[in-house]
Amino acid sequence: MDNILSIVTFIPALAAGILALFLRGEDEAAQRNAKYVALFATSITFLVSLGIYFEFDPANTGFQFVEQADWLLGLQYKMGVDGISVLFVMLTTFVMPLTILASWNVNSRVKEYMIAFLLLETLMLGVFMALDLVLFYLFFEAGLIPMFLIIGIWGGANRIYASFKFFLYTFLGSVLMLVAMVAMFADAGTTDIEVLMTHTFASNSFDVLGIHVVGGMQTLMFLAFFASFAVKMPMWPVHTWLPDAHVQAPTAGSVVLAAILLKMGGYGFLRFSLPMFPVGSDVMTDLVLWMSAIAIVYTSLVALVQDDMKKLIAYSSVAHMGFVTMGIFAGNQQGIDGAIFQMLSHGFISAALFLIVGVIYDRMHTRDIGAYGGLVVRMPAYALVFMFFTMGNVGLPGTSGFVGEFLTLMGAFQKNTWVAAVATSGVIFSACYALYLYRRVVFGDLIKAGLKTMTDMTMRERVIFAPLVVMTILLGVYPAVVTDIIGPSTEALVANYNHALAAADLSPATQTASH
Amino acid sequence: MIQADLNVILPEMILAVYAMLALLLAVYSSKDKLGPLLIWSTSGLMALLALWIAGSGSGTNVAFGGMFVDDGFARFAKVAILLSAAAVLVMGQDYMARRGMLQFEYPLLVSLSVVGMMMMVSAGDLMSLYMGLELQSLALYVVASMRRDSVKSTEAGLKYFVLGALSSGLLLYGASLVYGFAGTTKFEGIIQVAQHGEVSIGLLFGIVFLISGLAFKVSAVPFHMWTPDVYEGAPTPVTAFFASAPKMAAMGLFARVMHDAFGNAVQDWSQVVAMLSVMSMFLGAVAAIGQRNIKRLMAYSSIAHMGFALMGLAAGTAFGVQAMLIYMAIYVTMNIGTFAFILMMEKDGKPVTDIASLNLLSRREPGKALAMLVLLFSLSGVPPMLGFFGKFYVLRAAYDAGLAWLAIAGVIASVIGAFYYLRIVYFMYFGEEGEELDRNSSPVLWGFLMGSAAVMVLGIVNMFGVESAAALAAATLVN
Repeated sequence: MDNILSIVTFIPALAAGILALFLRGEDEAAQRNAKYVALFATSITFLVSLGIYFEFDPANTGFQFVEQADWLLGLQYKMGVDGISVLFVMLTTFVMPLTILASWNVNSRVKEYMIAFLLLETLMLGVFMALDLVLFYLFFEAGLIPMFLIIGIWGGANRIYASFKFFLYTFLGSVLMLVAMVAMFADAGTTDIEVLMTHTFASNSFDVLGIHVVGGMQTLMFLAFFASFAVKMPMWPVHTWLPDAHVQAPTAGSVVLAAILLKMGGYGFLRFSLPMFPVGSDVMTDLVLWMSAIAIVYTSLVALVQDDMKKLIAYSSVAHMGFVTMGIFAGNQQGIDGAIFQMLSHGFISAALFLIVGVIYDRMHTRDIGAYGGLVVRMPAYALVFMFFTMGNVGLPGTSGFVGEFLTLMGAFQKNTWVAAVATSGVIFSACYALYLYRRVVFGDLIKAGLKTMTDMTMRERVIFAPLVVMTILLGVYPAVVTDIIGPSTEALVANYNHALAAADLSPATQTASH
Repeated sequence: MIQADLNVILPEMILAVYAMLALLLAVYSSKDKLGPLLIWSTSGLMALLALWIAGSGSGTNVAFGGMFVDDGFARFAKVAILLSAAAVLVMGQDYMARRGMLQFEYPLLVSLSVVGMMMMVSAGDLMSLYMGLELQSLALYVVASMRRDSVKSTEAGLKYFVLGALSSGLLLYGASLVYGFAGTTKFEGIIQVAQHGEVSIGLLFGIVFLISGLAFKVSAVPFHMWTPDVYEGAPTPVTAFFASAPKMAAMGLFARVMHDAFGNAVQDWSQVVAMLSVMSMFLGAVAAIGQRNIKRLMAYSSIAHMGFALMGLAAGTAFGVQAMLIYMAIYVTMNIGTFAFILMMEKDGKPVTDIASLNLLSRREPGKALAMLVLLFSLSGVPPMLGFFGKFYVLRAAYDAGLAWLAIAGVIASVIGAFYYLRIVYFMYFGEEGEELDRNSSPVLWGFLMGSAAVMVLGIVNMFGVESAAALAAATLVN
């Protein structure tokens, strides 16, 4: 199959179109059909995408499965994956069937709900595969529309505020990136990402409005992209939209948001910032590293005092994303490997945690931690799964959470010891809030009246968690399944990065000397 | 000689003669009963003319000693004007007929104003420019106050007339200054005199006054005050007309004057246009936030959109003109769909303009709500809709011309503006159950709404060839 990437990308959109055009009515049969069509389409997408995974050649650091066609204004429709993006594609196709399964209890406007999720999957896959700047932007931005609707229509009580905040925050971040893209287009004469990665943008310093900009054009472009990716990531201090969005979104929306949408920011740093603006990245490295360290400690502390379970997990996501940015901007092999690993691992663990909240939310319709306690009595299986993912979130060795944190800390240690030291303390805080949450919800006496009739997880719920448990353990005990695939590509990325810095003669003396 | 001249203006002639003959016919016969027939025949004629112009060869034909220029740029603009006017006429027929407003004058006034617009975009001389502009404006003043028994409609017409006359005065004053300092009213003569670096202070004043007059016609800030009132007061089909063809014509004229007459002094006017652009974008974005009336909201939205179109013009390059033309073509298409939707907003047979009345429309009429959703995201410039590509082109043009600050200001304004489009989505999709609008299923309006939304989505593949047509058009204007 020559165009397997397009096929994978557009299967969900096709299913969405079929639902929109041919499914009528709001009765129970129509709802069931919508759910089955969505489940079927996402499962097929996953199965087809396995073809990408098995055919992928890790040793080749270039782009594979490339498709190319001309488009408007000298733009191109160009898709392809390399070692950095292929696993994100797999993560997306893997998580989506689970989110559809997790939405089995939705009963208002089911057809629209499924259409929104299917379109969202297409757009997310497109982001990770696009090899043209504008095509990337198209997928990146368009994802806001279904997510806006998902939060706004099927969200909680305060959903309007959250959906507007989500949309406008991320929109503002990305339009600045759009201007930078226009500038890159004008400078390099192409929007082909593959070509742009080899293009050297000017890095001689100049003054803008009386401010001396070290790294010149590259720094400005870096900042414009940073505005977009930092919001998406989200990094402290522009993370405030995330807790609101998470709390108000329906369970499946939170899962997609945490597991996949946040990864677009990290992917963007790896695909654009480091390879295309090495000097700009280098200039800003210290700032980003400290922002990451602050994010890890600060949001962990904030998570400690939350009453709302989803909000707590949302803040813990911000903290974990702090490890990712720290790893990326450490700029060495361990750091970047660790960052990608952490993103994948967080994709499984945070998805599972939001699903865990969803399980009891479906039964009690509250996320208030104070409303629970002693669940282990009535729900032993649930308590076990919850315990497992709490440990994953804390980063217990043997789970995938540990590998990512360890690698990023190791990478950061080589770059900036103080940042690594501060970040490591965040690991302890994460254990505090995670275990504290677990104790309040699961342990203790079962005294609250409403909880006495709780039932344990159903078969459907167990089926959803099983693959997530498997992946978390697999990545934890045998990280090579990931690092073997991303390794060569990150190695090339780091080599190019250091090479570009050496050429620009702005890098630390040690790196210049080694060449 | 006169034969060749007449050949060049044949489309305008046909439309003008048609309007006059139809006027005679209607006056001597049963008057208003002819309304619906005239609507269909007028828009049919316009569509045919558009096809003819689109198909009629290439090259530049000059008539009447340079007064009238028929080139690729004019043809592009004329096709857009004719098609949008034809569409708006058909859309409004049912609305006007049911309210007893379908006098036979309406289609005829519209066709006369379209003749004026075609003259405007073909003007090669300050005199023909003014003639076209006034023919267009006079017809528009009358249609704005079509609804004689409504205070708001007559107010709209009067306001438009008084302010329009003022702006015409400004424009004429500018024209006379330009004539005085350049010694000619012909664009090809002016462009020889107006060389960058040698532009005399008087000529500069002339340019500024000309721009002021033109800015009024495109409703750019600070000459925008009439727009919300006229949009609100005029009957909705007339508002739809205001928001489409005249905007295209005015932007076409703007580009025509700036490049044909002052193309050698781009640096002298580019800053002025850039300022108009940035002010329009921000005012349009901010002022619409408080609007509950969808027609006023669309007025501010059009101000913001004109700001973006002017961004392309401010670049002062061929690519800038191309971007502007593409932007306008997309904008007009979006507006036709949006106004088809607004025309369908009725309760108990009466038009409703409050956006809160759209409460949960998506539940009752999912198809309609979805089409409007697509149009709204397109208006706010969110990909993958075509509206985004319009913005992308003008941003690129502005950046290439060294106006990076303008591009940054533009995208920030577009984020602010996104809020009020989103609020309509909010009412349609997230709102609460409230009083329901009529389920008006006029097939014509429905068709235009769906068609426009489909264009916004499918157009991203190749823009239906508009891109290359606009490139050709721009190349004939700027060389």
